[in-house]
Amino acid sequence: MFGDYSIGDLGSIFVMQGFAGLILFSVYVLMALGLAIIFGQMGVINMAHGEFMILGAYVTWMTSNLFQTYLPSLFSGYFFLAMILAFVASGALGMLVEWVLIRHLYKRPLDTLLATWGLSLMLQQAYRSVFGAREVGVELPQWMLGSLHVTESIEVPINGVFVMCLTVLITIAVAYVMYRSRWGRQVRAVVQNRIMAGAVGINTEKVDRYTFGLGCGIAGVAGSAFTMIGSTGPTSGQLYIVDTFLVVVFGGAASLLGTIASAFSISQTQSTLEFFLSGSMAKVLTLLAVVGILMLRPQGLFALKVRK
Amino acid sequence: MIINSRFFNRSELMGFIALAAVLFVILPLTLDVFRLNLVAKYLTYAFVALGLVLCWGYGGILSLGQGVFFGLGGYCMAMFLKLEASSVENTKIQSTPGIPDFMDWNQITSLPLFWQPFHSLTFTILAIILVPGLFALIIGTAMFKRRVGGTYFAIITQAVAAILTILIVGQQGYTGGINGMTDLRTLKGWDIRPDHAKVILYFVEVVLLFACIGIAQFIRLTKLGRILVAMREQEDRVRFSGYSVANFKIFAFCMAAIFAAIGGAMFALNVGFMSPSFVGIVPSIEMVIYTAVGGRMSIFGAIWGAILVNFAKTSLSESFPQLWLFGLGALFIAVVLAFPNGLSGLWADYVQPRIDRLFASRKSKAGWKDNSVADGAPAE
Repeated sequence: MFGDYSIGDLGSIFVMQGFAGLILFSVYVLMALGLAIIFGQMGVINMAHGEFMILGAYVTWMTSNLFQTYLPSLFSGYFFLAMILAFVASGALGMLVEWVLIRHLYKRPLDTLLATWGLSLMLQQAYRSVFGAREVGVELPQWMLGSLHVTESIEVPINGVFVMCLTVLITIAVAYVMYRSRWGRQVRAVVQNRIMAGAVGINTEKVDRYTFGLGCGIAGVAGSAFTMIGSTGPTSGQLYIVDTFLVVVFGGAASLLGTIASAFSISQTQSTLEFFLSGSMAKVLTLLAVVGILMLRPQGLFALKVRK
Repeated sequence: MIINSRFFNRSELMGFIALAAVLFVILPLTLDVFRLNLVAKYLTYAFVALGLVLCWGYGGILSLGQGVFFGLGGYCMAMFLKLEASSVENTKIQSTPGIPDFMDWNQITSLPLFWQPFHSLTFTILAIILVPGLFALIIGTAMFKRRVGGTYFAIITQAVAAILTILIVGQQGYTGGINGMTDLRTLKGWDIRPDHAKVILYFVEVVLLFACIGIAQFIRLTKLGRILVAMREQEDRVRFSGYSVANFKIFAFCMAAIFAAIGGAMFALNVGFMSPSFVGIVPSIEMVIYTAVGGRMSIFGAIWGAILVNFAKTSLSESFPQLWLFGLGALFIAVVLAFPNGLSGLWADYVQPRIDRLFASRKSKAGWKDNSVADGAPAE
């Protein structure tokens, strides 16, 4: 499959596909960060995670429409407000869901899967009723269009660079919150031993609710980023949920670094293969490789050594 | 009807007779052929639900990839039927006569090698059992021998379902792509499409279903079934008692796969086509839901679950397509939150005690003894 290209061409292809992969990587990382918190830390299998992401995407779309209609002069900056709104909307919905549904199921992780699947069906139908079944696309502001010419044969889209920077910032923020702040310490204490954490005076119910909300909120931001690379429909989230779970499991569920590494390797493999094979075969090969590696190394890439 | 009282206890016997009466007598007498064929379609999912009772309810292994095995069984059957429907006379207008129409559309000029053996019905029937069985064996061995279980297993089986769907859709020339294999006509020269054939196929399916119920009940009552339950409750203790936990899990998973495959093959026969929309993640999870609604611990409950949920799906999506997804979603949440043992749990809690009281007041005079086998599970 490499035969038809010269070495220089191949280099450019790898760099450009690599960069296309980086946008996918950003969405994966943002989705997986939320899931790593919810699944890796809390042990809840949130099948509705994709729908939380799509909520963020719809919020972004609505914000962009609002700016276009009422504040066209500020349109170039709508994305920053949209991100914050997406975070708040998805996070609030997440906290509501935790309060209504998830808190009854902490002892039955497999059942959270079924219940959140039911939730995802209801959310999908809700999106379909509210926003219509057609996919919607967001118009990007002028400064995000176009691309940077690095060399003659390599060009890099600006929105990709932007999404990447965003991802890096959010990842650093999450890492800081989880591993350096007092609240993150409480979260990890609750995860390790809910009863003991309660006994030393941590309000475990509150910590659970905010943790779940944070995970869902990050999914909302992922939805904002998602609007830049694809159009949003009621069932778009479902397409990403399996990939995201694989990213989290492949990285080693409780490890933040592992999540990033696995999101990187999966998205890069897929996007590089996509250039040479059809899209579906690239996806099949990538997923097969991930499943194969997981069979050999079930604990994932970066497993924390935890005594069970 | 003479049934060993040790094989079914009294309530199970009642469940058995009720199901047999409904499926063998009442439905064929009251429904027209179109509706009966719909029931036949629902019952194909009952095979899957039955397998999930063994694997999930008893073994505690939640597989989100049962659609894979349903699909493998269905595609094996459909490949045989498709080959028969694409005889040289039937496909004269194609540029290459004698190969399935979708291959011709995709510029494939000769039958691929892996299609060749499906000219033989014997091979096809063996393949329906063996292909999914072996596939499950490979996945199961790889996972359970390394002590991967629970949520990880569920996610990986789900990924397998995703992979297979993408593969089938992508390899249009070999599999028929997103449309699947349509226009299946005859089985060894016997037309499967007219009404009387549908009725015969329905009865064949019900007989097969009862055979599978028998196998499942047998497994449940032997030591094997006890070990499965023990493993679900206290895996380490079973392991320390010297049993190979992995092998029992692999067995339960393979049985579930084979049941699902039989269901898939019957689906291809009864419905007359097979497509990737019955393989992927969504149908796989729906299959789990049938089991959950019916009762994951009850063989008969799961079958009723498959029939009732599908019936509700057909009638609701016919009249209120908007409401169906809301209803299904709410059903999942309600089952998980409020009735973890599903319909059979409700039956065991509310209806069964009344019936028992009725029997007890009558039988106490005759000195009747219940030699039912206690298995710690609510049985319908």
